[in-house]
Amino acid sequence: MIEFGAIILGLGLLGRFAGRFRLSPIPLYLLAGLAFGEGGLLPLGTSEGFVAIGAEIGVILLLLMLGLEYTASDLVSNLRTQYPAGLVDAALNALPGAAMALLLGWGPVAAVVLAGVTWISSSGVIAKVLGDLGRLGNRETPVVLSILVLEDLSMAVYLPILTALLAGTSLAAGSVTLAVALGTAGLVLLVAVRYGRHISRFVSSDDPEKLLLVVLGLTLLVAGLAQQLQVSAAVGAFLVGIALSGEVAEGAHSLLAPLRDLFAAVFFVFFGLHTDPASIPPVLLPALALALVTALTKIATGYWAARRAGVSAKGRWRAGGTLVARGEFSIVIAGLAVTAGIEPSLGPLATAYVLILVIVGPLTARWTEPVAMWVTDRLRGPMPAGPGEGGAASETSRSAPLAHEALDEQSAADRA
Amino acid sequence: MAESDRGPAVGAPRLSSTPLPGIGVRYDLTTREHRRISVVAHRDGARTLSAYRQDDPDACALSVRLTSGEATALVDALAPDHHSPNLLSTTELGLVAERIELASTSHWNGRVLGDTRMRTETGASIVAVLRRAEAIPSPTPDFRLAGGDTLIVIGTREGVDTAAAILGRE
Repeated sequence: MIEFGAIILGLGLLGRFAGRFRLSPIPLYLLAGLAFGEGGLLPLGTSEGFVAIGAEIGVILLLLMLGLEYTASDLVSNLRTQYPAGLVDAALNALPGAAMALLLGWGPVAAVVLAGVTWISSSGVIAKVLGDLGRLGNRETPVVLSILVLEDLSMAVYLPILTALLAGTSLAAGSVTLAVALGTAGLVLLVAVRYGRHISRFVSSDDPEKLLLVVLGLTLLVAGLAQQLQVSAAVGAFLVGIALSGEVAEGAHSLLAPLRDLFAAVFFVFFGLHTDPASIPPVLLPALALALVTALTKIATGYWAARRAGVSAKGRWRAGGTLVARGEFSIVIAGLAVTAGIEPSLGPLATAYVLILVIVGPLTARWTEPVAMWVTDRLRGPMPAGPGEGGAASETSRSAPLAHEALDEQSAADRA
Repeated sequence: MAESDRGPAVGAPRLSSTPLPGIGVRYDLTTREHRRISVVAHRDGARTLSAYRQDDPDACALSVRLTSGEATALVDALAPDHHSPNLLSTTELGLVAERIELASTSHWNGRVLGDTRMRTETGASIVAVLRRAEAIPSPTPDFRLAGGDTLIVIGTREGVDTAAAILGRE
């Protein structure tokens, strides 16, 4: 109890510290977990069980809240109009992760995991960055957001596949699982588009306490059922979030936000606890190389999608730079793999990768456009994804604390 | 992106709206001098007011975040003779009321209100029609519309937007 109280209090202080520097608290939570976990400075052991359950709830709440952010019609209309951008995004950003896992000789399952880690951008970090930089009104912003929507929707397909792979089910059983997952997701979308109001009315309650209990109960129940069906629990929670709309979603959103923040923080710490800090240095180089490559591929993705939407060159670079940040979902995906106990180096690699990109992401969002414009001005003429390279490196060197990382990235690039 | 440009009716300029999934809705206005202004309506009631740069029309020169109270105060100052187009302050209930003017070239000029099938199509209600100096409350389906009428429409944001699109038919 004392330990757990100390952990929560520490997280609160870390969160405040991050807020003061306008950073995302995610990297700090991960570092805290690293510090107190196996082989860290201060090994904690007793509250592990409680932290583990908290972490599980954290993942479910993260996905529920994500579902609440979107209405079913948002998802369907985005899918209809933006699917090419979604496909380009998946191809450009998932493949480097898969390739890296295969290069390291970790086998196909780890390749699927790492593909997910490098594919999904962090909606939380990006939404905050857009607000901070005063770009909510920009014309490229809907493009960025629709890519995030498509990624989140892809999770509903990707996670069940991953769960099946991690469970080591046979191909036949896996296909059944996948069919069930896809069928359920399609059905929920259909029901939510058609009858979302009725579901929301059933859940609706004037009393915040009852609303909280009903939404939370329903979510955990559906998540549990999803787990029984071998579809991932997180996807069940996501679909509940999609099905709720209107006032209920608003109410649940404001009620659950503090709970989500608490349990999500516990989840990040839990992930850090299970990573031995000593295992990070060996994977630092691959992590840096992967971060560099996938930063560039995200910039290319954003550039392409914004061009497709008829945004001018500056806006295209801004869209690309904004998409670089990875965060909570890369850790959720890696967390599933770590729990299933495949490749031991995967957790440390994902941790290092997310730590790099969650810090670099806001910087690329800010600096990609000016750097790219400067380079293209110098070269007088449009350029493919080249300038981003100079961009990524010089951006990091602009900020003193990251200078050594920039050098590392450079050397990693030279070696690659 | 799906920029749903609800064609500007002759008379009152109308805002076009773009959904920003996960954040809210963006309403855009292009002024007569071809400057663009937008308001992002956040789901928590906050508003972000943006004006666009002239050298890079995709980017904001100004982007100010307002609380709902500040936004209300600003609307008051902006509204000519201090009444906003939204007659009700029912944003908490998710309802809006707007005046929608019927152009003289309108498809509905001379047709009866029932033909618009407004309530079936949009769920919004036409609670009154302002014509010259009089107001006709609760017009019945056989009420004959005329160009220049101002209709007071109440409904959800989407409902009123759809109603404006229907009434804007030439």
